Amino acid sequence: MADFTNDFWGAYIALLTLLGIAGCAVLLWAQSKCKVVPGGKETTGHTWDEGLTELNNPMPRWWMWLFYLTIVFSIGYLVLYPGLGIYAGKLGWESAGEYKQELKQAQADYAPLFEKYLSQEIPAVAADPRAHAIGERLFLTYCAQCHGSDARGSKGFPDLTDRDWLYGGTPDAIKQTIMEGRHGQMPPMAQALGSDVDVERVAHYVLSLSDSTHDPIKAVFGKQKYAACMACHGADGRGNQALGAPNLADKVWLHGGGIESVMATIRKGRDNAMPPFKDFLGEAKVHVLAAYVWGQSNATTLAQKQ
Amino acid sequence: MSSKPAPQAAVIKMYAARKEIYPREVKGFYANLRWACVWITQLVFYGLPWLSWNDRQAVLFDLGARKFHIFGLTLWPQDFIYLAALLIIAAFALFLLTAIAGRIWCGYACPQTVYTEIFMWIERRFEGNRSARMRLDRQPWSLSKLFRKSGKHLAWTGVALWTGLTFVGYFTPMRELLREAAAFTLGPWEMFWILFYGLATYGNAGWLREQVCKYMCPYARFQSAMFDKDTLIITYDGERGEPRGARAKQGAKQQANEGRGLGDCIDCTMCVQVCPVDIDIRNGLQYECIGCAACIDACNSVMDKVGSPRGLIRYATENATKLHLSPREMRTRMLRPRVLIYTAIFSAAVLAVGASLALRVPLKFDVIRDRGALAREVEEGAIENVYRLQIMNTDEAAHRYRLTVTGIDSIALATSDEIELEAASSRAVPVRVRVGQGKGVPGSNAIRFELQALDAPNVHAVEKAVFYVPKH
Repeated sequence: MADFTNDFWGAYIALLTLLGIAGCAVLLWAQSKCKVVPGGKETTGHTWDEGLTELNNPMPRWWMWLFYLTIVFSIGYLVLYPGLGIYAGKLGWESAGEYKQELKQAQADYAPLFEKYLSQEIPAVAADPRAHAIGERLFLTYCAQCHGSDARGSKGFPDLTDRDWLYGGTPDAIKQTIMEGRHGQMPPMAQALGSDVDVERVAHYVLSLSDSTHDPIKAVFGKQKYAACMACHGADGRGNQALGAPNLADKVWLHGGGIESVMATIRKGRDNAMPPFKDFLGEAKVHVLAAYVWGQSNATTLAQKQ
Repeated sequence: MSSKPAPQAAVIKMYAARKEIYPREVKGFYANLRWACVWITQLVFYGLPWLSWNDRQAVLFDLGARKFHIFGLTLWPQDFIYLAALLIIAAFALFLLTAIAGRIWCGYACPQTVYTEIFMWIERRFEGNRSARMRLDRQPWSLSKLFRKSGKHLAWTGVALWTGLTFVGYFTPMRELLREAAAFTLGPWEMFWILFYGLATYGNAGWLREQVCKYMCPYARFQSAMFDKDTLIITYDGERGEPRGARAKQGAKQQANEGRGLGDCIDCTMCVQVCPVDIDIRNGLQYECIGCAACIDACNSVMDKVGSPRGLIRYATENATKLHLSPREMRTRMLRPRVLIYTAIFSAAVLAVGASLALRVPLKFDVIRDRGALAREVEEGAIENVYRLQIMNTDEAAHRYRLTVTGIDSIALATSDEIELEAASSRAVPVRVRVGQGKGVPGSNAIRFELQALDAPNVHAVEKAVFYVPKH
């Protein structure tokens, strides 16, 4: 992975660097002797302002040796580390490699803690105050952007604190949701139902299932067309957690519960995705996260801290 | 410098070996002052890591936990501004002291001078006084010379290693560090820094000495910019002392005033012999002079012996010397605008830092509004906003806090109003705030969060935030 489009530039920089180092050595050596006329003043020969001159006294020899030492050091450094163009250095050091090393170390350091929680059941983990604190921090870092800092979600992002679950609210179901992610897809139903009038009628019927405000006459007509929806949402409209089809008979509306929103949902369908966290976080962290999320909707008294 | 006896031109080497300096031992008022500074600075440096506070080391710069402890004060990374303030105070203290009395930092308190003094004291124990040292260096190698030299270097190495250990002891607790050192289980970085700092001490104080002051330290070079004609400098009173000349010991003063017309300087060269940077102060102030006042002590003791008044070499200002001011006039002139302004700025900075530290509250608090959902409508048409509170309890004890929110009629918390934090910890707490239907203006509303520690009335913090009411 070169930084430039052409290898020439790497070689150019390497050449300049080496010339510079050699130049320093040459300069040091060239300045080591100086011709002086005896009896004359040992000044550098320049005069500034009104008669300021500079003496040309010898430098300390230890200073010269240190300078040579830095030249030797720099050559050694450029052999071992990447500094000359695209040469990678004998030690093969990379900043990305440093990062990977640190990550490995961190994972080794924290593994025992998470392994301990992984071996416990989720409700037990939820009652552990330390696991709760860890889960809170994990949630605020990875989940809060969509589900909100308080886990109550917003339009299109489920509320994790209620008891209404699209895919199931058992500890294992929650864990699976976080691990594998979810992809909820509802097809556009406008064509299947018929015309726009039909869409409106079905929408009113749907609202009637939860006793929300609706037009009873349109609902009756809508019920007749509802068969198209039963496959996913069930005959009673109570949804199907295997498919992620929402329960239409409650007052929880992920995409809006007004008549216009429901009609838009029926007409155009919905496509909602949650990313998987299995590879990103690993099972152990997901386990602690799942416990925190489960604890949001299940009253848990945290065990007394030691 | 090697020059051939050719008439035309000589070739000289431009990198010259260091000329060994053998400063003569000196006793006197300023020497005592210098040694007092050595004792005070080193008691503090070597002693502080051994003090305890609250079950931990009193002065500990815990890099791993990112907390700097100075007795009861714990500084977090958020307190970095105090470092800027400290540097400002140090800079103005330097300007002020230098404007008044020249390079007194160099001569009395600088670690380079202090450690060189200590190492030279050790050298005198092993190798003797000035003439003994010069003789020893001229001698060929013998068993006795080997013992003296190696004994000195061993002692130097011991002091250097202890210095290195003490330095690292400010970052890793000292007792633990010594245990690890004794068991050879020191971590690689600790090992590195102990050896590095030890080597620097040994090299700078044992070998380099005045080379640091002459060639490395920038202070010498810009002293000419920091002095003015009313700065106290080490002055040789040429008017009094010249023409210099050796004379018979008896009646020296009479001879100075009759016949030979000599000045007070008897050309004993004591001032040159005691000088650690090997200059002749009678040539005037030079950049190499570190202001140690050894020449003053030496000359005063000689003046006492020949019966002349002290002060042939003394602390005086250029104006005092040129204009023949009395000591009182000289001191009055010293309180000039430059000194007064430096004093004012220095005092202001010290007061500001002092006040800031005294009024410090061990609680830091930031409010971050959730942006994913601007606002939420909940039951009864109330509007809800979600916030994340970053709370840092910088105290070394756990606290419970009460959270209150104000700013809009009917505003209230929908989450718990009690928050608990462990000692020296931080936490992000999600919080929900509700406002009744129709209250507040559509759009942004300014609100305030207040945190109050339940067990400590003075631990209190306030943060402004914004509450969003949807526009319809």
